[in-house]
Amino acid sequence: MDSVLDIILSSIRMATPLWFAAMGGLLAERSGVVNLALEGLMLIGAFTGAAVAYNMGSPVIGFIAAGAAGALLAILFGFFTLTLKGDQVVIGMGINLLSAGLTPFLNKYFFHVTSSTPSLSIDQRFVYGPTLFAFGLIASVSFWLRRSVSGLWVRVAGEHPTALASAGIRVKRVRWAAVIFSGVFAGFGGATMSTMLASAFSRQMTAGAGFMAIAALILGRWAPLPTALGCFLFGLTDSIQIRLQGQLTGADSAWLLQLIQLAPYIVTLFVLAGAIRSSSTPKALGEN
Amino acid sequence: MVFEKNLRSLTRPLSALILGALVSAILIRIVGESPWRVAEIFYNGAMGSAYDLGLSLFYTVPLILTGLAVSVGLRARLFNIGVEGQLTVAAFAAALAGIWGPQDVILNRVLGFAAALLGGFLWGAILGYLKARRQAHEVVAGIMLNFIAYGITSWLALNFFKNPDSQNPETIPLIDAVRIPAWSYFQSAPIGWHVLLAPLAAMLLWGFYRWTEAGWGMEAVGENPKAAREAGLSIAQKQFWALAMGGMIAGIVGFIEVYGNSGKFIVGFSPAYGFMGIAVALVGRLHPFGIILSAALFGAIHKGSLDLDFETEWITRDFAQILQAVLILFMSCATLVPAGIQNRLEGLKRRFYGQRP
Repeated sequence: MDSVLDIILSSIRMATPLWFAAMGGLLAERSGVVNLALEGLMLIGAFTGAAVAYNMGSPVIGFIAAGAAGALLAILFGFFTLTLKGDQVVIGMGINLLSAGLTPFLNKYFFHVTSSTPSLSIDQRFVYGPTLFAFGLIASVSFWLRRSVSGLWVRVAGEHPTALASAGIRVKRVRWAAVIFSGVFAGFGGATMSTMLASAFSRQMTAGAGFMAIAALILGRWAPLPTALGCFLFGLTDSIQIRLQGQLTGADSAWLLQLIQLAPYIVTLFVLAGAIRSSSTPKALGEN
Repeated sequence: MVFEKNLRSLTRPLSALILGALVSAILIRIVGESPWRVAEIFYNGAMGSAYDLGLSLFYTVPLILTGLAVSVGLRARLFNIGVEGQLTVAAFAAALAGIWGPQDVILNRVLGFAAALLGGFLWGAILGYLKARRQAHEVVAGIMLNFIAYGITSWLALNFFKNPDSQNPETIPLIDAVRIPAWSYFQSAPIGWHVLLAPLAAMLLWGFYRWTEAGWGMEAVGENPKAAREAGLSIAQKQFWALAMGGMIAGIVGFIEVYGNSGKFIVGFSPAYGFMGIAVALVGRLHPFGIILSAALFGAIHKGSLDLDFETEWITRDFAQILQAVLILFMSCATLVPAGIQNRLEGLKRRFYGQRP
């Protein structure tokens, strides 16, 4: 039974970055903004988290800085989508590309190499802090979205923006706030990857995690708790995959390794194919 | 749709380029390098000699094709991010056909070309099916398919077709006779008749949109889905074909790589041609001929950026990605001037010229 508990605990660890990113994505999408930039926001968060934790010697400061970096990039995303009314999907992918180019650029500038940040010592890393924080975040997002007035604004901005506007609330401001917070949370998710799951930032380390968070969001029909469960499913796939890798060390089974590594992507694809978009999709999603 | 498809309006691409250059120059300045020096490196790297020019052309050709593939999706209002996976599968299919197929030169090439088209089509069709029939988000599904394509092709290549004479991750080579010979003008740059496939594809696509009903329908579902449905078009069908056809066009990249360049399937051969195709398509305003021009620009930028690694201290080839990203951002917003400033400008104008009746 020990191994079952092990797998569950490691799934929770692996799901933590996705929880942050998915909660960020949830805020943006419930307010009516398609945020495909999550991947890039996570990546800049992963870099900033590791770089600042290394320089300041504290993962907490790194974590906060990662949230700020995510927010900055999200402001850029918001400027192009909300202010300049760009196509949200294309701008989101543009932000991802920007982050993919900017992180090695900054890495080179600060650490003289493009591949990774210096590895963090044990006291510059988290053990489980972000996971507890993520639990709290999921609970509060869930509660806030349902019970608070500002949570209602976000929901209405995504469903009936004109109704919100006629009630005297500025739709654009609500969306701006949602986008910025989605950047903060995605940045936290990235920092979790580089300072809790790994001991450094490495090139393109998010490897599709931002898109998995979006898949979890679709699977969870844009509701916080089901979305978090969806993330857990991806975490589970990941941890089983890593466990299998550990057991397949013999030369005769090494050829299987590479296929097993694909499991999270294949599971995500099946989730997307299975979770047909429903009436729970925010109605004004993607509109300018 | 914010994307225009006519070539006449050059203002946006030009202003995006100027803004992109400006942002780049600022970043270069911040890290303490000289923008002029970097521009010089770009210029020399891209067209300093016939060989460099040949290599710029070598990168331009796949970019024309991936730009076209992305544009077919965008015209139907679909974001085909799966182009990278599509061209990877196609290259692997072409290499397989070349290894297994008849060793007769013409037959082998024809088979390799067909296999590349089919491979790209297949991978695009999976995406098309997921989007059109299962309502999956095409971007998320496309990204996942890219990872899967990369994983499966490299797994197959390294476990079943590995080149025993090489330490590199690549398959057994094709026989030399079937490889397309390079023209001598560009010295040893791998440029032969196969590069003409790209402008040919652009011309065919132009004709497809201009003269065929299928092409018109594929644009109609992008421009006005409601009207298209009322006119009796099946949106799902058009979406499927836009993605599958994009895959097929991307597939030609696989043929060119295997038959025109390396003579085998090399794992990770593509320097993200598929992703660069997005910027190419947007700057080319989704017009086949515009895409040729913008692909030439991006091919030169890519070739030029490769020299940055050893010519400058702080700037690496990743810089080209930043430039592409900035261009994508500036190309795909509805306006470059925020509404607030626009209103204020209007106000100033009115005050300056006086109120007109």
